[in-house]
Order: sequence, then C-alpha cells, then structure tokens
Amino acid sequence: MAELPGQIRRMGGGISQLLEQICGFSRRCLFQVISMGPIPNHLAFIMDGNRRYAKKCGLEDGSGHKAGFSALMLMLQYCYELGIKYVTIYAFSIDNFRRQPEEVQSLMDLMLEKINSLLEKESIVHQYGIRVYFIGNLALLNDQVRVAAEKVMKATAKNSRVVLLICIAYNSTDEIVQAVKKSCINKSDNIKASGNYKHEDADSDVERKDMENQEERIQLVDIEENMQMSVAPNPDILIRSSGEARLSNFLLWQTGNSQLCSPAALWPEIGLRHLVWAILNFQRSHSYLEKRKKQL
Amino acid sequence: MLSLLSSLLSLLFVFLISFFIIITSRCSFSLSLLNLLGFIKFTALKDDDDNYKRDEGTYVVREEELQRELMPKHVAVIMDGNRRWAKRAGLLTSQGHEAGAKRLIQFSELCFKLGIHTVSAFAFSTENWGRHKVEVKCLMSLIQHYLKSKIQYFQREETRVSVIGNLTKIPESLRRTIHEIEAATKSYKKKHLILAIDYSGRLDILRACKSIVKKSEKGLIQEEDVDEALIERELLTDCTEFSSPDLLIRTSGEQRISNFFLWQLAYTELFFSPVLWPDFDKDKLVEALASFQRRERRFGCQI
Repeated sequence: MAELPGQIRRMGGGISQLLEQICGFSRRCLFQVISMGPIPNHLAFIMDGNRRYAKKCGLEDGSGHKAGFSALMLMLQYCYELGIKYVTIYAFSIDNFRRQPEEVQSLMDLMLEKINSLLEKESIVHQYGIRVYFIGNLALLNDQVRVAAEKVMKATAKNSRVVLLICIAYNSTDEIVQAVKKSCINKSDNIKASGNYKHEDADSDVERKDMENQEERIQLVDIEENMQMSVAPNPDILIRSSGEARLSNFLLWQTGNSQLCSPAALWPEIGLRHLVWAILNFQRSHSYLEKRKKQL
Repeated sequence: MLSLLSSLLSLLFVFLISFFIIITSRCSFSLSLLNLLGFIKFTALKDDDDNYKRDEGTYVVREEELQRELMPKHVAVIMDGNRRWAKRAGLLTSQGHEAGAKRLIQFSELCFKLGIHTVSAFAFSTENWGRHKVEVKCLMSLIQHYLKSKIQYFQREETRVSVIGNLTKIPESLRRTIHEIEAATKSYKKKHLILAIDYSGRLDILRACKSIVKKSEKGLIQEEDVDEALIERELLTDCTEFSSPDLLIRTSGEQRISNFFLWQLAYTELFFSPVLWPDFDKDKLVEALASFQRRERRFGCQI
C-alpha cells in the first residue's frame, strides 16, 4: 500500500516521457512535410512581450525575461531541426539602456548567466554545432558581459553547421553609422596611399579625376562589407511577437525584402504553430519573389 | 497542455496528410499545402482571442472615434495591388494604375483634412524598372499626366509637392514636369505630399553615405562628427519637417517593406491591409489611423 504513490509517480513519469517522444516524432514528421517546400535560410526574431507576460501572470519583474529565454531555446531547437541555417535574435537594444537601472542590471545579469551557459557541454551550442556571433556596439556593455561574449565567439568560431546571431547593444542606425565611419576611414587611408604614390605627378586634371573616381568607388558593397551583419545573408522572415507591428530599429538595412510577421502571442507564449504559420506564409510568396529577383 | 494537444493533433493530421499525399501523388505541391494551411491557421490563430484588436481590415471605425491630437504627423503608403485590382475587375493594367493614381489624390486629400502634415507615397521603385517595358512607359506617362494636370489643384489646396528618388533614368519630359510642380508649390508649408519615384531605401542611405565621405575627404567634417543626425540630414526625406513616418500603410496583404524607406522606418508603426490599393477608401484609412492611435509606442523603454 505504501508503495502505491511511488508506483503512480513512476507511471506518471513514464507516460509523460512517452508523450514527449510522441510529440518529438510528430514534430519531425511535420517538419518533413513542410520541407517539401522552400525553407527560409535566415530567420530573425524580435522577442517582445516578456514584461507584459510577467505582468499578465502576476510574476515578479525579472521572471518574464527568464520565461522568454526558455521560449527562445525552444524556438532555436525548432529552427535548427527544420534546417534553417541562420537565426538572429534581438536580445538588447541600445534604446533599452534607457529603461529603469534595476531592470537593465537584471537583464545584464541574466544575459551574463545565459552567455556563460552556452559554453557548457550540454548546451544547445554543442547539440547543434552553432557558431555564435554577438552583433552590436559591444563597447557599451559592461566588461563582464563583453568578455563572456568574446569568449563564446572565439570558442564557437570553428562551428559551421548553423549560425546564431545575438544582437546585443544593437541599433540598426548605429550599425549603419559605424559602417559609414569605417568607410570614411578606409577611403581616407586609400587616398593617403594613392596620394603618396601620386606625389610626383603634378597634373591637376589627373587629381580631379581621381577624386571623382574615389566617390564612384564607394558602392553598396562598401557599406555592406562594413556592416556587422555581413556575416549572414539577409533575413527571409522577421517575426516580432506580442502583436506589435514595427521594426524598432532592428535590421533596417537587411529586412528591405523580408517577410514580416507579427503574431499576437507574447514572446514566452510563442510556439511551434507560430513558426510553422510564418514559414507557410513565406512559402506562399516565395516563388513570386524569386521570379522578381530574376527579373532584376 | 496546449502544446501537447497541438502536437497530438499534428500527429493525427500528419497521418491524414500522408494518406492524402499517397492518393494524390501526382497533384501539385499547393494542394497539400492548402490542407496544411487550413489546419495550421486554425491552431496558430485560435488562441489570439484578443484578435478583435488586430488589424485585419474587417471592421469599420467611425471618423469621430479618432482623436485629433493623436494623429500621426507623417503617413507613408506603399500603394500595392493596382494590377490585381485591374485583373479582378476585368480591366487593363494601365486602368488599374490610373485607379491607383486617383485613389492617391483622394487619400492625400483625406489625410490632410484629418490634420496629417506629410504624406509620402511609393510611386515607383528602382526594382520596378524590371517590369515589362510597356507597363513602365505607361506608368511614367501616367505620373506625368497627373502631375501636370494637378499643378493648379495643389496650388489651390496649398499643398507642397516634392519628388524624391534617383530621377536620372526617368524621361526628360517627366523630369521637367517635376521641376515645374516643385517650383510652383515650394512655398507651401502646412501640407506636404512626397512622391518616391525611382526610389530605393538602400540607395538613399548609400547616397547619404557618399555625400558624407566626400565631405570628410574635403575636410568639411571629421570622422567623429558622423552620427545618426548627420545621416538623417543627408537623406532625401530631409525635404520635410517630419522626415520619419509615424505610420506606414501597405495594401494588398503583402507584409514587406520592399526597399521603401529603411532608415526612416526605425520606429514607424506598420499597418498591413488586405485591401487592394484602388479600394483603400476613407473607411480603411480611418481604420488604419484608429489602429495607430491604439498602439502603445514605447521606443524601447517605458511600459
């Protein structure tokens, strides 16, 4: 009689394990079916709604972000199982530094904890062979977080199966400004180099033409090369949770032709069904977009 | 619990789909996709119970419900759907574009009446040069006809008209008309209509960067002077006081920016309407504005 609760618990554990396996199997079958159509190469997420989720569930302030992290791990698992090679997430914007100092600090602490956990053997990084990039103005972060981020980037540099880009202390306008600054520096270096070479040539016509040529040499590729996000192709789909339909200064340059989705679910509530719906929508318009790309 | 249920339903559904695929093995991909779409849409949207707040283009809002003080200062619009509208109505593509042009005049008139200062419209993108030559020629002559015939109208309405874009590939006659209308209306300050013709968001940013690099080469600015404000001043949208749109409307159900304003849309609220552009009437505009007024704009911080 005394053994009964233990037996029931073991049985319950066994049933939930079985159900988990059934879920995993059905999910893989679903992914097989979806893979019959085109699969996006790069998916981007704006993880919005953690604070509203905490408020809605009556949790304490930092718990929304913790729940958001669990949802993120699940989404990454689904994306990499489906065969999506690049995933970008908007973890922390430069605008977010203007939040309450306590919230910013707790976010930094959570990020430090989770960045360090990426290096553990059981982490998702090792499970899927993820190469991790941290994109943003890392100089704005505190030393601990920055050092941890650089450590993870170095440790995963040899991975090549799939890529995770974590945008932290990031604003798209800031990314473009940095790219322009780099272009300015590169061009002035080029001028100095060519100026030294042309020193003996006193022909002013040649100099004027040279200046014009330099301007022509600044092409789209120069800006793009200097963008931090140049390590990945442009996103095919951008998903923003919580129903808000705006970009909030995220990947403005890169999402010019991306499919935009804004499911109403808050980020911790996001699930497989939202991802699948976004991909099916992408597949619907994919052939038309490919045709247009060929026209250009 | 919910994810467990949806996974079990997915499993059942997968067996049905496999059965269906075997039976219809010669059918096209889209047939099985329809089943998938139906089921996934059901599960993806059924927990969006507060969907009545979502903007689906399905309910009517009255103009009186809008608040004047919450009106956006700058509304941008991607006028998509003219060709599909013409096909649906059994008309020629050119007639679809003509209906679209008429709609733009009505749209901007309505916006200005509601207190919006700037309206910008994506009339012709750099990517549109890839369309059929006949269609491109027709679009160019349509734009020219409308601009030429509406000069007096815009003067009467005291609306400033600006055209932004590359403008080097467009016909000479259209370029002349553009200069004419810009000169005739440049003194008006209360209402501003911006037409983006041969415009690309990326090329706009590139142009601004080229200008900055050129100035830095001449020693007019230093590398540390380069910041967001400087780039904004160099963009083509610097012709208006409110260069960043508060609201972007795209019609016809497509959910993409398609290389329209990129930098300028950093904090813009996006509204996607399933309605085709020539059908985007006053009710739809009021609905878009009501959606905008309901939104909580946090700019990354407060909640």
